[in-house]
Amino acid sequence: MAVTTSPERDIVATPMQRATREALYAGAIALGLFVLFIGLRTDQNISNELILVQRWWLLAVVVVLTMAGRFLYVAYGQPFLANQKIVDVATGLLPQSMAARFFRLPYFIAAVVTVAVLVFLAGSLDGLLGPGLAGYARFLRALATIYALASVMFYFRTFIHAHFSALGITALALYPIIVVLVLAVYGGSVAAGFQGSLKWVDNYGIQILIYVMLAWGLNIVVGLAGLLDLGYVAFYAVGAYAYALLGTQYGLSFWILLPAAGAMAAFWGVLLGFPVLRLRGDYLAIVTLAFGEIIRLVLINWREVTNGSAGISGIPKVTFFGLMSFNVSDPNYIAKVLDIATSSAYYKIFLYYLILGLCLLTAFVTIRLRRMPVGRAWEALREDEIACRSLGINTTTTKLTAFATGAMFGGFAGSFFAARQGFVSPESFIFLESAIILAIVVLGGMGSLVGIAVAAMVMIGGTEVLRELDFLKQVFGPDFTPELYRMLLFGMAMVIVMLWKPRGFVGSREPTAFLKERRAVSGSFTKEGHG
Amino acid sequence: MSDANPSVNDAILQVEHLSMKFGGLVAIGDLSFQARRGEITALIGPNGAGKTTVFNCITGFYKPSEGMLTLNRRDGSSYLLERLPNHEIPARAKVARTFQNIRLFSGMTLLENLLVAQHNKLMKASGYTVLGLFGFSGYRTASAESIDLARHWLEKADLVDRADDPAGDLPYGAQRRLEIARAMCTGPELLCLDEPAAGLNPKESMALNALLMDIKDNTGTSILLIEHDMAVVMQISDHVVVLEYGRKISDGSPHAVRTDPRVIAAYLGVEDEDVETVLIEVGDEDVIEQLDTGPDSTHGPDSSSSYFAGPVIDTVGHSEGERVTVSKGASKAGQVDARSGAAARPASPAEAKPTEKPSATKPAAKAPAKPKTPGDSNRGGGNE
Repeated sequence: MAVTTSPERDIVATPMQRATREALYAGAIALGLFVLFIGLRTDQNISNELILVQRWWLLAVVVVLTMAGRFLYVAYGQPFLANQKIVDVATGLLPQSMAARFFRLPYFIAAVVTVAVLVFLAGSLDGLLGPGLAGYARFLRALATIYALASVMFYFRTFIHAHFSALGITALALYPIIVVLVLAVYGGSVAAGFQGSLKWVDNYGIQILIYVMLAWGLNIVVGLAGLLDLGYVAFYAVGAYAYALLGTQYGLSFWILLPAAGAMAAFWGVLLGFPVLRLRGDYLAIVTLAFGEIIRLVLINWREVTNGSAGISGIPKVTFFGLMSFNVSDPNYIAKVLDIATSSAYYKIFLYYLILGLCLLTAFVTIRLRRMPVGRAWEALREDEIACRSLGINTTTTKLTAFATGAMFGGFAGSFFAARQGFVSPESFIFLESAIILAIVVLGGMGSLVGIAVAAMVMIGGTEVLRELDFLKQVFGPDFTPELYRMLLFGMAMVIVMLWKPRGFVGSREPTAFLKERRAVSGSFTKEGHG
Repeated sequence: MSDANPSVNDAILQVEHLSMKFGGLVAIGDLSFQARRGEITALIGPNGAGKTTVFNCITGFYKPSEGMLTLNRRDGSSYLLERLPNHEIPARAKVARTFQNIRLFSGMTLLENLLVAQHNKLMKASGYTVLGLFGFSGYRTASAESIDLARHWLEKADLVDRADDPAGDLPYGAQRRLEIARAMCTGPELLCLDEPAAGLNPKESMALNALLMDIKDNTGTSILLIEHDMAVVMQISDHVVVLEYGRKISDGSPHAVRTDPRVIAAYLGVEDEDVETVLIEVGDEDVIEQLDTGPDSTHGPDSSSSYFAGPVIDTVGHSEGERVTVSKGASKAGQVDARSGAAARPASPAEAKPTEKPSATKPAAKAPAKPKTPGDSNRGGGNE
């Protein structure tokens, strides 16, 4: 909210007076905003008539909460934040940072003890406290766990910051093992560990990594070359259908079709590239969006080949390089070959490592290409296309290679997606997917691999985590379904992140070469590209 | 156009009968000049004279409406620039340029800016990315060489201390030098600089002069530059071409150009009290008539127009069509031509203070005006 005080009144207004006044303004605005949203609600009565339900109490609560929030922020929050920047006269030091005050050793010990006690009592919580209170206790346990983990990360923050990529890759490589081990200990048997790991490896691990790979692929087009592509999901679809069709019709192996799908997607990338070469900015975005829709509509309507909206099912599974299969009926089924218990988790864990490998390949190629002339030309194209031409760079081929490379990784991800699902239909390749991938790239910071990976984790993992918030039923009653608020929270989180970091999580860019020392280039100098 | 007719190899760039029309607007009309190898050729003229358009034609950003642009490389090969695609002019004909409004890759470091300039060389060395992707050593050596070249030019431009800073972070003068260094990293034979001294303080301007002289002396790169800063032009250029309204009005050594009355008039205009005299001497009867009777209320000049802007006929509304050409009479140089011609006719050499130099009379005199009025033809006679 804008500061509403006039200068001459500002001199006399104490924070309290100002807070009161601003709280009143905030209340008035909240009332105006919410009177129709919250105060009135349309509903059906018993005879199916539309009636207006009046909820003035709820409205009053919301308005009062808004006023209280504004009052507290202006009266206490703002002076506090201002004091944070004032040096103490006696010591000459700035006050301790908020984080240092928040993460303290006694708090950490308390949190660990709480978690330990509650885990120890896990089985008997319901009996001890009753179902209602036990829910809150589990909520408390979750908070304490998060706090303890955050404290550890805060303590090692410089180390983590310095070795982020290595730590991240190690964590990702160990993730399924840790999940299986933890769940095996928790459930008391290895089989239970594998069974329980399905959700964590598949819904979280594989799902997030697919989006990481897609976003890294799109990053080449949008983040490096600065060409806004709203139809990226088309290449994902080309890759998925290439594997689905060739795999089901001709029985070709995944390991042959993976590069083939990549090549086909790259081919379509070039085909899309040609007509849009002359377009820039908004026009480019609209044409690429149309291209994405064309591919989807062709998939729906070309029934003889794609089976229309019904999709293609029975897509063959990936084999372990032809040595072992993951079909229970096959003679070389992995459990028979290795003589272990049958479980569907093996396939998921294998797929997890497969997509992790593909992601690392994408990252490796991207990092390598950035240090090559073609990668530098992409970035130069984003910065200034006319200057590029004046230096003898063929902007046509440069743009086409960006489209083709980005599309190729989309194709890889698509064929992996088809293999993982075992079923593809046009439903999976709607515009919303393109939008989510683009949002990940923008949120992560255009051009930054680490930022994009974190953004994919936050966005895709975040939406999945919001399915897990069953304890909120304890707070808001059994009618409350947290999944319904997923998208709302998600949207709010995105707005907040973009206000807090307008250039994405990692706004700076790493230079590709240096004479003396490698210094990150601030985001304020880099351009977003104009298509 | 073979006015001086030097040996073909002596001229690195030959511009012949170049015309550039935007719709009805003639930005450049029948321009011919040449830039000699190993020299600094300056292209000057008042604002809007078409200098940057000439550059854009030479570097392929515009396709000229008419004319021929020949670039002769040191190895004897010749390129017709008007036929080459935009990006091949720097790549094959080895013409590099800078821009009037600096165009650096502001989010990339200085070093990266200079590496991007070596794109084509590095692309070949990296086997069009394929070999480099697999880490072949050929690319690695080429990459190290390119960094050495970049360091060389950073040192020349006095920017090596800031090599790892983003280009957008540099002060204005340093950005100008970096743009020149970047252009030099393409290994050009002809370097086209569009107002390199614009916005520089005198000290930076001196440094720029030194850099340009160094380029000329040590690399054998010929320079074609547009400049408004006459100190720079007179000090460093070997040859000056003056444009006005898209036509060449003078061509010669800096000294000759400086004393050419047509150039002086183009820049400074003729004195106020001379305007009427000139118009009368030109013999434009319409003008004389209008001067006598005052402006015609329906076809007369706009209220905002001034006699000093040129002959009245310029400001009279034209109804022939949409073709908007600046009348030849608007050229101040043309007025001087006319005046000197008129002065020569009554055989009063004391009045004719402009000494008639060959350079001013030959192709240039033809450019500003085609004979229309008796005065014009008289002027032609006077010049001969």
